[in-house]
Amino acid sequence: MGGKSVSLAKGEKSKAEKPKGKKSTGARFRDLSLWFVLVAIVSLFFADIFLYQPDPWEEFTRIGWGMVTPFWPDANELLMSALHTVSFALLGVAVSAALGVLLAIWFHWRVVRVFSAVIRSVHEIFWGLLFMQVFGLSALTGLLAIIIPFAGIFAKVFSDIFHQQSSATVDTLAGSSRLSRFFYGWIPQAWPAMGSYIRYRFECALRSSAILGFIGLPTLGFHLETAFRQGDYSEAAAVFWVFLLLIGSVRLWFYKKLLPAYLLGAVFLLPETPPVNASFVWQFFTQDLWPNPLLNGDLPGAMSWYGNVLADEVGPALIQTIAITQAALVLSGVMALAWYPFASRWLVGRYYWVGRFKLLVLRSVPELMLAYLFMLLFGPSALPAIFALALHNGGLIAFLLANHSQDASSQQRLDSPSGLARYFYQDLPQRYPAFLALLFYRWEVIMRESAMMGVLGIATLGFYVDSAFEEIRFDKAFFLILVAAALNVIVDSLSRRLRRAAGLKTPRM
Amino acid sequence: MQGQAMFQLTGASFAHDDQLVLHDISLEIRDGEKVALVGPSGAGKSTLLSLLWKQQPDAVALCPQESGLVDLLSTYQNIYMGGLSRFSTLYNLINLIRPWAVRREEVARVARTLGIEDKLWNSPDQLSGGQRQRVALGRALYRNKSIFMGDEPVSSLDPEQGEQLLMHVLQQHTTAIVAIHSPELAAKHFDRIIALKDGRIFGDWQAAELDLSTLETVYQDA
Repeated sequence: MGGKSVSLAKGEKSKAEKPKGKKSTGARFRDLSLWFVLVAIVSLFFADIFLYQPDPWEEFTRIGWGMVTPFWPDANELLMSALHTVSFALLGVAVSAALGVLLAIWFHWRVVRVFSAVIRSVHEIFWGLLFMQVFGLSALTGLLAIIIPFAGIFAKVFSDIFHQQSSATVDTLAGSSRLSRFFYGWIPQAWPAMGSYIRYRFECALRSSAILGFIGLPTLGFHLETAFRQGDYSEAAAVFWVFLLLIGSVRLWFYKKLLPAYLLGAVFLLPETPPVNASFVWQFFTQDLWPNPLLNGDLPGAMSWYGNVLADEVGPALIQTIAITQAALVLSGVMALAWYPFASRWLVGRYYWVGRFKLLVLRSVPELMLAYLFMLLFGPSALPAIFALALHNGGLIAFLLANHSQDASSQQRLDSPSGLARYFYQDLPQRYPAFLALLFYRWEVIMRESAMMGVLGIATLGFYVDSAFEEIRFDKAFFLILVAAALNVIVDSLSRRLRRAAGLKTPRM
Repeated sequence: MQGQAMFQLTGASFAHDDQLVLHDISLEIRDGEKVALVGPSGAGKSTLLSLLWKQQPDAVALCPQESGLVDLLSTYQNIYMGGLSRFSTLYNLINLIRPWAVRREEVARVARTLGIEDKLWNSPDQLSGGQRQRVALGRALYRNKSIFMGDEPVSSLDPEQGEQLLMHVLQQHTTAIVAIHSPELAAKHFDRIIALKDGRIFGDWQAAELDLSTLETVYQDA
């Protein structure tokens, strides 16, 4: 306890200047946030934020009209593609969760950790583009595109969950093999947490499965993209609403007991995979993906090949990708802080469900769909990407913050201030550490997504990947995917370091 | 010196999670009274305080057990929060970005009486338990109300400092209702002592007519 004596003297001149010394937590968070804002502002000078569409309003009214007049000529077709979307997601999550468990068991091996980090750093769309070259538009392509990155994510999260468990149960199993310790101790103990994460991941898989349609797989995204491209906004809206309904109603149609039946059904529903020519696949992965000079051992040739790609494609693509990511990250944060109070009963009272519903919709719509929509309005600049990323991620973070705010309300003082003062003096400062942790946690995801969005024609890494595939320059496409993966691994570790330095806990999702 | 009735309960009961915390409480507290609430932990003191608080929320300076300090804001802001209702929202928001000079003076004066003036620009998470409790007291003092309600407001301070601060707080308010652990402090500094046990009023005495041994029976098992 501080040994200050209590002085009741009054009237002396006060010395209320700010002392120099160790920065308070609030000041550290404020400075950290301001740095990110500064970087985002600088990024805007590099990002291509022009309006390519001369008259966004006209298109806006047409899209708006389409949204309220959804129409689809062939209900059967729409139903099939919805079923395909669910089938890819179900099988993808089932297989990747199983693989994730296996990887998590050996997560103490560095090689497993690195392997998991690498496979999850490549976006589903990139995996899809890659496998499409060898397996065509088949079930195998779609499944691998979901399974591979999801297995990497599951591995990391499951390993985190195991670490959070008490070791009491497992201590009683001392002496048994690692595998028995996991299957008798860690996994049963962690099962509730794993189960709820798998459910969350299933929702993500539905989004991934839907957007794989943008590159041609027979899911909802395919029809959405087609309808959008043809300017038929009523048809696009029909697909969009069906997708939202699908995601919003998971609770109603998903019964755990029927899971085996669902999985079996999914296997039958998926499109057939044509027989694969093994030597062709072998050649693709050992020859086509690598630049010729490298395969021939021509080192100077390889150097100049890499030099050219770095200068012509990687450089400009990296600038756009990073600029969009940083701007979108900060805008997501601003949106989250502006929106979450409206979804917290403790802050806005009984109309909180309106805000909650809005956030649920925003976090359910994949970024790529939003970006496509905005691209029709603004043209293929960085703007649609930034807005789409900020809307989706801001909505997601705001939803979680609103939950935190409501959970904490029972511990608040009786005489808490009301209105704006309650938000700014009490709730916002209390939520801020969790907010920063969530935002940094999403940093890597936003980076992955902004690289991928290039497939829409925005000049991020994905644009160059997509063009290289179109030109059948597999070596270039693959190298660009590796660059995107490396960028992601870097941001992931940067975010982890920053979170640790700022003393932020792993966020509760 | 005692005036009109400020708080009144007649046959009040209160249940929390289907468990009755207070049974059939009837009492009246008048303007100018300094009342100590004593009793073993779990007797219902905090619940009784919150019931009473709800009768006069705008006239009370509250110092609850869950101090409600906001760790991301400075000590200054945490004390200033006691005065939020005196100023307009805009004034409060500007103060959050740049504290008003007048308010800095006022808050510094409160902090000086509490011995934490040098901590004004630290955040509560940089303070010790005792210092945090002083910040919470500072918030209550800065409310500038005539009624003080505290729930063990000096429990984390050493006895001597605790007693001095308690005296100061009692002197600053005309009416006070304080849940307090120490029977000695209760008997020494309050006019009236209400003892709670198992959610019922066990005794209600004027301090002058009470000796400590009677009071100690509250803490003995039945």
